[in-house]
Amino acid sequence: MREAPALVALRGVDKVYSNGVEALRGLDLAIREGEFVSLLGPSGCGKSTVLRLIAGLGDPTRGAIEWADQRRDIGFVFQDATLMPWATVLNNIYLPLRVRGMARAEAAPRIERAMEQVGLAGFGTAYPRELSGGMRMRVSIARALVAEPEILLMDEPFAALDEITRFRLNDDLLKLWADQHWTVVFVTHSVFESVYLSTRILVMSARPGRVSSEVPIQVPSPREPSFRTSHDYAEQCRTVSARLAEAMRS
Amino acid sequence: MKYFLTRVLPPTLILLIGLTAWEIFVRVRELPVYILPGPVAIVQALLRDWATLYPSLVVTVLITLGALTAATVLGVLIAVLFAQSKWIELSFFPYAVILQVTPIVAIAPLIIIWVKDTATALLICAWIVSFFPIVSNTTLGLNSTDHNLLNLLQLYGASRRQVFWYLRLPSALPFFLGGLRISGGLALIGAVVAEFVAGSGGIQSGLAYRILEAGYQLNIPRMFAALFMITGTGILIFILLTLVTHFALRRWHESAVRREG
Repeated sequence: MREAPALVALRGVDKVYSNGVEALRGLDLAIREGEFVSLLGPSGCGKSTVLRLIAGLGDPTRGAIEWADQRRDIGFVFQDATLMPWATVLNNIYLPLRVRGMARAEAAPRIERAMEQVGLAGFGTAYPRELSGGMRMRVSIARALVAEPEILLMDEPFAALDEITRFRLNDDLLKLWADQHWTVVFVTHSVFESVYLSTRILVMSARPGRVSSEVPIQVPSPREPSFRTSHDYAEQCRTVSARLAEAMRS
Repeated sequence: MKYFLTRVLPPTLILLIGLTAWEIFVRVRELPVYILPGPVAIVQALLRDWATLYPSLVVTVLITLGALTAATVLGVLIAVLFAQSKWIELSFFPYAVILQVTPIVAIAPLIIIWVKDTATALLICAWIVSFFPIVSNTTLGLNSTDHNLLNLLQLYGASRRQVFWYLRLPSALPFFLGGLRISGGLALIGAVVAEFVAGSGGIQSGLAYRILEAGYQLNIPRMFAALFMITGTGILIFILLTLVTHFALRRWHESAVRREG
């Protein structure tokens, strides 16, 4: 099988923060169009730094970030939902379009559609504090969705949620990924979540952060919730866990 | 009803008990009114002298409101200026502090000499006393925006102006309102202190002048009546600003939302 060309690639990237912390050293990775890539690793391995660099929220100390042709539209979902507490759900989702100067009336149908896609229909006038953690995360995803990004960066988006909510959001996210032809880069420290979601897992090791191994995940598509309980799933989780343990020893 | 029982009834009861004790104390000790008048004598003075006290109340209230408005407008503008760059803030903030810590009684005579119009001079004094909480709180608020929200707007290519209007200003609102509530009381204190220093007669005399005048005449009940009017005005300003805060924040800010047990 011929591989699709890289959409974005990090080449020999070092990142040293101004306080002297060396977050990344000699990091190489490539994200191909349409992939669902998980960055898996222990805390402090520079996973979030990779996302921030791809998003352009900071420059690498050394090395380069190469885009296939031009920089693509990026959506970013943070670990906490990062909503504006003073704005309704509707206005929170409107934010990216408002920044682009789109009029409220023109944006309304797109906001409506994004809310339906993440299961928020009817919650437009609620304020973030009135919502549960899972619902807030849905607002955050809808806000990324409404801007129609080509590449979606997610920084441990479900880490603070309970397992039941997380499983449901995992399934919803997979469905959106299939429908929207997104490219997703997903940061997590959960082996199980990464195997369930990804087409490819990059295992990272810490201090300084680098990619220590790469695990492609083979799953019959479309992915079904039954995958979670399959023998195949357990097998691949075992492989990834072993790689993670290796990465943490080195 | 529940609000009345928990918020209004207890302080009102305390007030009634206090006033009754005061009246009894004055009567039992047979204190003359020029030493300590009882509440009944004070209310009598208030009703009798209403014709002179009320215009003075209006003067004081107008100066207070004028100063508070100026403190709000200029305070927010100064805070916005401070928020534009760390250098501006670091260069000018110490001077705001200097204005704040210099006792107004010490500089009021100077201001009254420099500014011909008494009302303007009083306004300036009250403004100096009241603008600092708004400047300091709003500056803090403008700098307290969620960093990830700032990152998000940067990612979407927002301009400085958009970041300011969409994020920084709304996140400063609770801080600003907190400052405003402090400034409301300070504006009144500033106005009264400046009136004391000015001590001017004529038609433009505020409540502080009435207190001075009643003191010279040993009309202590009237002195207390004027004092009560000042205190009442201060309480009213506080209640009004608390209501404004509540209605501005009730949907989204933790401070204004009732906790469910």
